Amino acid sequence: MLEYILRRVLWGVAMLFLVSGVIFVIFYLLPSADPATLRAGRQASPDQIERIRESLGLDRPVFIQYVDYMKQIFFHFDFGYSYQYETSVSSLIFDRLGPTASLTFGAAILWLLMGIPIGIISAVRARSLLDRSTMVISLALISAPVFWLGLISLYLFADDIGLIPILPGAGSYEPLSAGPIAWAGPLILPWTVLAAASAAVYARYLRSDMIDVMGEDYIRTARAKGLPERKVVMKHGVRSAITPVITLLGLDIGVLLAGNAILTESVFNIPGVGRLVLDAIDKADLPLIQGVTLFGAFFIVIFNLVVDIAYAYLDPRVRYDDL
Amino acid sequence: MTQAVETLGAVAAEDLDAPVIQARSTRELFWRRFKDDRLALGALIYLGLLVLLAILAPVLVDLLGVPPPNERDIESLDAFGLPTGPSPDHWLGVDQLGRDVLSRILYGARISLLVAFSATAIASLIGVIAGLLSGYFRGWTDTIISRGVDVLLAIPYLLLATGLAAACSFGNGCLGGLLKPGLAVVIFVIAVTSWTYLARIVRGQTLSLREKEFVDAARSVGASNRRIIFREMLPNLTAPIIVYSTILIPSVILYEAALSFLGVGIQPPAASWGQMISDATDIFDAAWWYLLFPGLALVSTVLAFNLVGDALQDALQPKARRNRSWLPGQSKKDEIEKEESQ
Repeated sequence: MLEYILRRVLWGVAMLFLVSGVIFVIFYLLPSADPATLRAGRQASPDQIERIRESLGLDRPVFIQYVDYMKQIFFHFDFGYSYQYETSVSSLIFDRLGPTASLTFGAAILWLLMGIPIGIISAVRARSLLDRSTMVISLALISAPVFWLGLISLYLFADDIGLIPILPGAGSYEPLSAGPIAWAGPLILPWTVLAAASAAVYARYLRSDMIDVMGEDYIRTARAKGLPERKVVMKHGVRSAITPVITLLGLDIGVLLAGNAILTESVFNIPGVGRLVLDAIDKADLPLIQGVTLFGAFFIVIFNLVVDIAYAYLDPRVRYDDL
Repeated sequence: MTQAVETLGAVAAEDLDAPVIQARSTRELFWRRFKDDRLALGALIYLGLLVLLAILAPVLVDLLGVPPPNERDIESLDAFGLPTGPSPDHWLGVDQLGRDVLSRILYGARISLLVAFSATAIASLIGVIAGLLSGYFRGWTDTIISRGVDVLLAIPYLLLATGLAAACSFGNGCLGGLLKPGLAVVIFVIAVTSWTYLARIVRGQTLSLREKEFVDAARSVGASNRRIIFREMLPNLTAPIIVYSTILIPSVILYEAALSFLGVGIQPPAASWGQMISDATDIFDAAWWYLLFPGLALVSTVLAFNLVGDALQDALQPKARRNRSWLPGQSKKDEIEKEESQ
């Protein structure tokens, strides 16, 4: 097990290197606009632009720039410098991580609480009316874009503009330090909206895996030895069918923390990491977008690693992987 | 469709008056299973109509007497400059510039379907080739492709797309003007970040297919690698490729809508459903129709593709209901379980 973990961690570090390289190349190659000109603003003299170019090291060869960039990331945890805010990208991200984490983990708890029971019940009552209707409803939820669901929920329930004004609407985010109730209230709608599609995906995955598992021989054995059905389902069935859900959970949390909550944050005006990127678009603050993208990749790699290790713990056969 | 209904032993059957056994072609079997799924059949009809509507949008707009998508009808705005809702002149209301919502939804269908089909086609092409190569050659080819997929999957794609679109919006586009913001960037970004899923699935299928006897047979008569891959193995992968490409379409549509919603997708004045919802963000409390109708168009289209994808999977690959080989860690588990069951 230790050897397996060590191998995965080493590969994770290699991944971080590769991903940083890919992101550097993409952001270096693609834009045709000159970063020094963008940085200097509108009324800059050619002289000023030249000085900025020098101070940013943009006059040096690409390869040297790349080495510098990597050095800054791995030795100083420095992801670049935002033009717009005139401060380091990492400090900006840390300021915004709280709201994004609040949104992500709250939603994750909610979708697990909804998705897992629905999946199990649908599998146990497969092909019943209940099963068929929940599966169609879940497919509809998967098909609805999260930003549209968010706006509809605001139209229905937000306390400023809603038809049934019962919940705090957009732009009412409070940090946890303001007290748990002040914090949770404005997050109820975003959590629900963000959790809806994932809950539906998890329910469908768990259902089809459970149906497969419940046809296995060892389930028949468990029943034959007289175990109550509840125990057969929970202890033998769910335990085996739950592993893909765990994989998905790790990936989803990583991706959401990495900034994919941008849509929900935009609709509900939550000052998170995604919102930071959205505001950077108009200002052409490319170093900020690049920094957040890279930072997000780190989250994804780390959560992938956590999933791999959790997986090897749950299913020891996986440990004898070639990589 | 080939009518390959052969009556086996028909002559004997006449003599003995026994029931006739008919052999059915794969396509017939597929159709028999597919058409029993009423919901999916309805979805397929809906999609057929949608494609027709999208192609005929300009004619249709003329025929119905609906104003073109970018025509501003100032009179449809009320005294405060706010848009008005559904009326005989504008069946689904107008937006804040006085443009007809129905007309924009019809034109939006063109964009959605165009992006959906072209991005999916490009992603499938890259994914199938990458999957075939890595599954067939294994070794270092597989290592490079599979690890490349891992690296791509570690990049937060929505942020990357945002960054790309932002980077391409200044100066003269990207790659020295080759990529301009709008349709091309959207298709490019979606295709580049979506092919990995298909590559993983095709790789898994190729790995097991390459051990089959017909591949050995082809090799023994001296067939080249290229022939084995594209002439022998590829036709055997038609069913999974169709299934998983169809399953990719709904997420591509949602992806385009998300990019357009964030303002980095389809650029105005072209109409796109995601961008209409984005425009509605500021006024939906006063103009519910502008939020509701484009959203319904989007949800119903994505749902229809999802239903058809599910039914295709049931009909073409009844046994592969839970192919999880695109999930990291799962492909290994599937391989182990396959070995154990043999």
